[in-house]
Formats: sequence, structure tokens, C-alpha cells
Amino acid sequence: MLKTYLTATVASLLALTAAAYAPSAAAQAKEEVEVMHWWTSGGEAAALNVLKEQLQKEGVAWKDAPVAGGGGDAAMTALRARVTAGDKPTSVQLLGLAIRDWAEQGVLADLTPLAEKEHWADHIPPAIAAFSTYDGKWVAAPVNIHRTNWLWINKKLLDKVGGKAPTNWDEFQALAKKFKDAGITPLAHGGQPWQESTIFDAIVVSVGGNDFYKKAFVDLDPDALGGDTMQKAFDQFRVLRGWVDPNFSGRDWNLASAMVINGEAGMQVMGDWAKGEFIKAGLKPGVDIVCVPYPGSEKAFLFNSDQFAMFSLDDKARQDAQLKLASAIESPSFQESFNLVKGSIPANTEVKPDKFDPCGQKSMADRDAFKSTGGMLPSLAHGHAASAAVKGAIYDVVTNFFNSNQSSADAAKALADAVALAK
Amino acid sequence: MAAVTDAALMVPGPRSTTQVALRWLLFAILGVFALVYLFPLFVMVVTSLKTLDEVRAGNLLSLPQNPTVEPWVSAWSTTCVGLTCEGLKGYFLNSILMTVPAVAISAVIGALNGYVLTKWRFRGDGVVFALILFGCFIPFQIVLLPMARTLGLLGLASSTPGLVFVHVVYGICFTTLFFRNYYAAFPNDLVKSAMIDGAGFFRIFWRILLPNSVPIIVVTVIWQFTNIWNDFLFGVSFAGGGGAMPVTVALNNIVNSSTGVKEYNVHMAAAIIAALPTLVVYVLAGRYFVRGLMAGAVKG
Amino acid sequence: MAVISEPAVAGRRSPFDWLQTILPKLVLAPSFAVTIVCVYGFILFTLYLSMTNSAMLPSFTWVGLVQYGKLWSDPKWTISLVNLGIYGVLYICISTAIGLLLAILLDQRIRIEGALRTIYLYPMAISFIVTGTAWKWILNPGLGLDKLMHSLGWTGFTFDWLIDGNMAIYTIVIAGVWQSSGFVMAMFLAGLRGVDSDILKAAAIDGATLPQTYRRIIIPLMRPVFLSAFVVSAHLAIKSFDLVKAMTDGGPGTSTWTPAFYMYATTFTRNQMGLGAASAVIMLATISAIIVPYLYSELRGGRRD
Repeated sequence: MLKTYLTATVASLLALTAAAYAPSAAAQAKEEVEVMHWWTSGGEAAALNVLKEQLQKEGVAWKDAPVAGGGGDAAMTALRARVTAGDKPTSVQLLGLAIRDWAEQGVLADLTPLAEKEHWADHIPPAIAAFSTYDGKWVAAPVNIHRTNWLWINKKLLDKVGGKAPTNWDEFQALAKKFKDAGITPLAHGGQPWQESTIFDAIVVSVGGNDFYKKAFVDLDPDALGGDTMQKAFDQFRVLRGWVDPNFSGRDWNLASAMVINGEAGMQVMGDWAKGEFIKAGLKPGVDIVCVPYPGSEKAFLFNSDQFAMFSLDDKARQDAQLKLASAIESPSFQESFNLVKGSIPANTEVKPDKFDPCGQKSMADRDAFKSTGGMLPSLAHGHAASAAVKGAIYDVVTNFFNSNQSSADAAKALADAVALAK
Repeated sequence: MAAVTDAALMVPGPRSTTQVALRWLLFAILGVFALVYLFPLFVMVVTSLKTLDEVRAGNLLSLPQNPTVEPWVSAWSTTCVGLTCEGLKGYFLNSILMTVPAVAISAVIGALNGYVLTKWRFRGDGVVFALILFGCFIPFQIVLLPMARTLGLLGLASSTPGLVFVHVVYGICFTTLFFRNYYAAFPNDLVKSAMIDGAGFFRIFWRILLPNSVPIIVVTVIWQFTNIWNDFLFGVSFAGGGGAMPVTVALNNIVNSSTGVKEYNVHMAAAIIAALPTLVVYVLAGRYFVRGLMAGAVKG
Repeated sequence: MAVISEPAVAGRRSPFDWLQTILPKLVLAPSFAVTIVCVYGFILFTLYLSMTNSAMLPSFTWVGLVQYGKLWSDPKWTISLVNLGIYGVLYICISTAIGLLLAILLDQRIRIEGALRTIYLYPMAISFIVTGTAWKWILNPGLGLDKLMHSLGWTGFTFDWLIDGNMAIYTIVIAGVWQSSGFVMAMFLAGLRGVDSDILKAAAIDGATLPQTYRRIIIPLMRPVFLSAFVVSAHLAIKSFDLVKAMTDGGPGTSTWTPAFYMYATTFTRNQMGLGAASAVIMLATISAIIVPYLYSELRGGRRD
């Protein structure tokens, strides 16, 4: 009896294993793109689906490789394993300096001929293109531009306390006090390191100005990191700490947005992906939800750009498919439809702002205006200003400061030390 | 081993009130523990039967006002894992194709190893066993990249056979341990007399040891099945693409998406579906599990 | 332990006998070879990496002990080690205690033993990621147990350990113990059932009470099971990356980092592979310090016949 059972098991196993081996006969020469990303559900996935369908019309099959989690963390691990195994995907969603890291490994494809043919350099802002290129060659296709230094205010609550959208630190504090007195949590916050760092980015720009931000977070100047201006930034951060509710720790960002939507909290400092949440809840940006740049950072556009980096492939058919993918990503039609859903603005400046809501239109106007003023600043919190190690080190200091009673002076010193260690 | 209670009950005389009271206390304690253990499962099940509005409005334990199996249907066949909105069902098959062969192969190898290490001693076999055993304790993150390279060299990258290979390699240590401890307690006289009768290496294994190994086979299968089915790290690293993606990676994609409405009811349903095979294995074979452990799997 | 590698009848060495001698080693060889490469080879590789300047991917530029210096001057590493100590000790002790208690209680001839045993065991079947998410929900001050207690009337009840930097690690202990103590219970139950009934009958005849029997006779006889429970719990405690990631993601702040979490974050998220490798080596050293003595006693015991 046991023997029959065992034989049956082994036989079925062998059959199953054979079945697992079988399918690879599928057309390798077919035009197919394998895309790794972390837009795994909801509106973003639907938006990406548009790209998939567009490519299908051109005869290119889409093989999906979604890896959710941590804003790309798990995907980066999976990518590492796959590249090490020699099994590169066609294209991977990458943020900021990660593109440079991979380009340095020499595994990215050269898109320059396509870029020149389609004049990418003319309609992708230089600040963004800086991340799409390496050593003079185009290696990635930017999908969007997020602005991370937005302040979102619930209009109904704003009117209820008789306030107005703040344009500087004093007005900001006054408004917060009005909310607090009315029993409304002034600031909805999700206690995760990246969220705290996003807010801190905006504070640093607000307190020190664009040049200071560059000096501290891009050049990593120790005096900027540990000096008085940074201490003032921590002071402001400490004040914000007093405006959040006690249960903020570990909260996801969209739950914080929900607090603003249902009137528990008055404001949220968050990038423009929050707009998607507000829209889904039926609030109209600019009407029911007020959007202003973080008070004091009006001259700065802290950006974060999702890009699809292209990996170098051997197969001619797959290369052609890859180029079609890159071209489709930059096409105005895709750029428009995707960004309308995502909450960000197109990386392709050819797209007209007509269909976008007031907040998106403001973003687009600033994007074009700041081209020459140096107002386009790479976001540290989202991997565009400094390496992953430095970003992590700053995350640690910022989140520890927010979650403790550390003094600003100690925090600034810790910041300088941590960055020096991580460089 | 209710022999203790038997022994106690062998003391002559009727059951005293103390004994009855103690019995009630016993049930009370066990009951409280059972409630605590079941609590998270209860929360998950209850949430998976509510509509999203109810989830947002209500509290953890409230029973659904309008119970619905829609989250379950969604989790199985329509929820989105990346751009493919077909629920968990496809990935279920991937997990099975990965887990069943891996469990079977690692069990067979473990059985043979245990057999050799206990019945066919040779110089240095203790060292060999120790070296194999130590492999149980390395954290998987260490082996991630070197193994990726190895899989690439073997042509097994991003495939189910590749995953099977990895799980077999890192399962051998436990299966060898379990079988070795079990066969160590197996009487040698049977084996010796078989040898005298002229039986060879494989015959002894096939005819004598294996038929008497049912408890330990069940133990090994349960342990390996649990660990391999629930593995996430190897799954995401070596099968990150759609083709071979196991159900744990798919579940992660459903639950951990960074934006979009979090459909907690669907997430809970999906989590329970993903855990069902292991739960079933535990329920069916729970009795064997304890019996098998008793037979030396983990006794020193 | 009988040695059967010699032929049954002395003097006759046929090819069959030679095959019988070589075959066992052949059978064992693949496992051994695979272990040497995929376990020890990779460990050596990690050791080498810990002395290079590897960043995103392995690099082979030697830098000596620089990474170890960075490791020990990183406050998060100290936090990780302390957390491992707290988590490990609590997790092992509480799992063992609860496991033993439940096993003894279940051993008392109860009709619904099978059902109860399954109830205590089932958490092990659920993956760490799901466990962490579920417990995160339950222990969340705004959503979970707190809210439930308030709505039931106990408005004074607060349980905010999850968001308290000093207490968050204990919430991970709760979730971890919930998950694995059933397995420890199963091990103890098996051990209890293996005790020779003659000894117990003799004790009963001598007039020993139930508690005395347990304390003086049974528990001492279960020393090997205690050792196994310890090793399995220690192994799970050290590997605890998924649970931490799902429940607190190292937070609040950086208060719930553990060595496994540290290794993953530095290697894969922060592109500091050399540093991650160094932390891995220290972790391995810690594990060896616990495991090797156990293996040594195991081997010595094995030779007993």
C-alpha cells in the first residue's frame, strides 16, 4: 500500500516537473518586453495597463514582473538577483540615482539613437534628463515628475476656522493653532522614515533656501549639515511634531490622507501622489482640497521622477521591442493619460496642461519656469539627491529625532556624523 | 503518555472535589489560550467577509452586517497582481509545482542520508553530519546573490525548477536531521539479519526501513511543506517575473502595493487563501506530527 | 550503533562487497558536496565580501577591516544586538514556558485534545508576513485592540506599545510567541509521551502526587527536548526579518532593528553590501556560538552505542 502510494507520488512529481520545464519553447524571437515595477494595484496599475495595450497594438507582448513593497525595496532585491543570475528584464522602474548605480555596472542599454530621433533633449527638462542619461548616453525613459513639497489643506475645515493658505512659517503656525483650538489635528502624518524625510526636505528648503538645500543634501557639505541653519530646520521640525496626533507611528501615507479627507485633520505635507487619494474620495483639487507649496518653499520644486531604465539585451527582436517601449513611454498620449491618473505631471513638456487640475497645472507651470532659476531640486527623501547609503543615514537621524526628545543641536551633529560615515 | 494521569487515577477512592475543581481549572486555562490563539484568525475571517465601508467604519471584532463572499471571489480570481488582474489562482499552481517536488526530493535525499549515517557508518561520518546540520542555521540573505549566480550558471534562473533546486539544497539539512534521528532508534538486528540473507544497500532501505518510516515521513513532509510554501525571499528573488511566481510573492504584491485603496477585506481573504494548503496539511496530519516528533526527530 | 560496512562473512571480498562499501559514501556525497558549496562556500564568500568595499553589487577591492569598524560605530548595530538579546531571551523563554505548560495541560487525557492541538499549532502555518500585518492591525492604538476595548466600555484601556520606541520590541515578541509556541508545545508533548510508563507507575505506587511527579521525574527526563526547543527557537529568533519588516519596519524611529533586518537593509536597500556582509559574519559567529556546543553534545550522544 505504501509502495503504491510512493510510486504514484513519484510518478506524478515527475509529470509535474516535466510540465514545468515544457513551456520555454515559446517564441523567444517574438517581440516581448519584460517590465519590472512596483505599481501593483489600483489606479497606477490601470494607468500602466494603458501602456501595455498601446504596445500590444504595435505587436509587442508585455510580460509583467510586479514586485510590491517599500516603494521599490523588494523590487531592487529581486533585480539584483536577476542581474546576477544573468537574466535581465527588459526594463525596470527605477528612481533617481539608482539609475546611475546600474549604469555604472554597464548593464543598461543605449537609447541615444532613439532619443535623438525623437528629440527627447528638447522636451524633457534638463533636471530630469540628468537622471535619464549616463556618460552622455540616454539609458532611461522618464515617465513622470512628482513634486514632493506640497501642503494639502481641507477647504471645508480651512473655512470653518476662518484661515487662509499659509505662505510663510508664521502664517503656517497661526493656521495650525487655529486648527488645534478647534479640536482638529493640525497635521495628518504617517510615521515612517520616508514620510518624515519628505517633510524634512521641504523644511530644509524653507528654512535655508535652495542653495542651502543643494549644499547640504547634494554636496553633503559637513558645515551645512551640522551648522546653525540645519539646527533651525530641526527646530521647525520639532514644532511640527507637536501638531500630529499620538497614533501617527507606522501609519501608511494614504491613511494620513484619509484623515484629511474625513475631517479628522486639517493638513498634510505630502507629494502630489496624494492627489490621487483625494480625487478618489470625490474631492476636487483646488476646490475641496487646497494645494500650496510648503510654506517658504514656493521657489523650489522638489522633484522625484519615476523612470523606466532599459537593460542591454542581446536579442535583436527584444531590442526592437525595447525601443518601442521607450518610445511609447515618451509619447504624449501615454504621458498624459498616465499622469492624469497618477497625480504627477508629465516628463514630456509637450503635453498641454488643459486636462490637468489646478494643482497639476501649477506644477507644470513651475516646472517650466524653474528651468532657468535653479528651482528644480532633486528630492533627497526619494533618492534623487544622494546615494542610497547617505539617504538611509539621513532617514535614521530624521526619524529618530521625530520619535524622541533629541535636541536640535544634537540632531544636527548626528546628521553630519551619520552622513560622513555613510559617504 | 496519559500514564501520569492514569497513575494518579490509580490511587484508590472517588474523585475528590479538588480533582474536579482542578479539572475545570485545566479546561479554563486551555480555553483562554485557545481564544488568544484563535483571535487573529477570527479577526482575519470576519474582516474578509465585510464590505470595505464596514471595515473602515467598524471595529475589529464586530460581525459583518451584510456578510459577503465578494472579497473571497475577488482574491481568488479578479484582484490585481501588477497588471494581471486574475487573482491568486494562477500563482497557486506555481506554488504547488514548486513545493511538491521540492518536498519530495528533499525528503528522499534526507531519508537516504539518514539511512547512511546511521546504518552504514564510516570514519568521519559524525563530522559530515555536523557539517550538513550546520547548514540549517544560515540566514538566507547571505546566500541570495551567490545562489543567483549559481542558478544563472546552471540555466535555472527565474524558473520553477530553479526554485525547486534552491529549496532542496536548503532543505536537506532538516530532512537529514529528522531521518537520522529516527533511524538511529531503529533496531539494527533487522538490518543485520537482512544483510546476512544477502540483501544489498538499496534493498534494505526499500524493504525494511522505508515501510516503517511513515511517522517521520509525515513529519518531514509537514515541516518542509510549511517552510517552502511560506517562503518569500527566494520566491521574490529567483522568480520575480510572472511565470514562476509563487503565491507568497503574489500575496505580497496584493497586500503591499504602495498606493491605491487598501482593500483590507480582500487582503485578509487573500492571506487566508494563501495559507489554506498549509493549514489543511496541519489539520490532516497533526496527529502524525506529534507521533513523528516523538520518534526522535528532535529528541537529543 | 552497529557498523555494517564490513561484509557479513569475513574473507570474501567480491565486487558486490566493494560496492556496498563505496555506495553509502556515494549516496551521501551529493548532499555533502552541495552543502560545502552552497553553505560553506557562500559563507566564505560573504566573509571575503565583508573585507571589500562592495556597494550595490559584489566588488573585489580589498579594504581590510574597515567595514567592521563602521559596523561597530553604527548606533543601529548596537540597537540591533540589544534587540536581539531582548527578543531572543524573551522569545525563547516564553515560547518554552508556554509550550511546556500547554503540553502538560494537554497531556491530561482530554477528549478534545486533537482540536486544541491544532488550534495551538495552526499559527505556524501562516507566513510571517501575514502574521506581522495581522498583529500590526490588532495592536494598532487607533484601529485595533484599543478601539475594541473602548467600544466595549473600557475607555481607560490603552495599549500603545506598538508606537512606543521603548516598548515596540515587545510587541514583536508577542506576535512571534503566538506564531511558534504551538510548535514548541508539540515537541514537549511528544517528549512527555515518550516517558516510560513503568517509572510513572512506580512513582504513583510510592505515593508521589501529580505535581511532584512532573517536577521530580518527568521534566528532568525531558532535558533533550528542552535543548531542541531552545535550538529551534533560537534559530527562529535570529532569522526574524519578515516579522519585523511587516510589523514595525524597524520603527518607531530605528528602535526595533534586529541583526537580520540590519543585514538586509544595508545590503539591499542602502547599497552597502560590504557592511551588510560584515554584519552577516558577526551574526553567523553568534549563531555558531549557540549551535556548535549543541551539535557537539549531539554527536557525543550519538556515539553511545
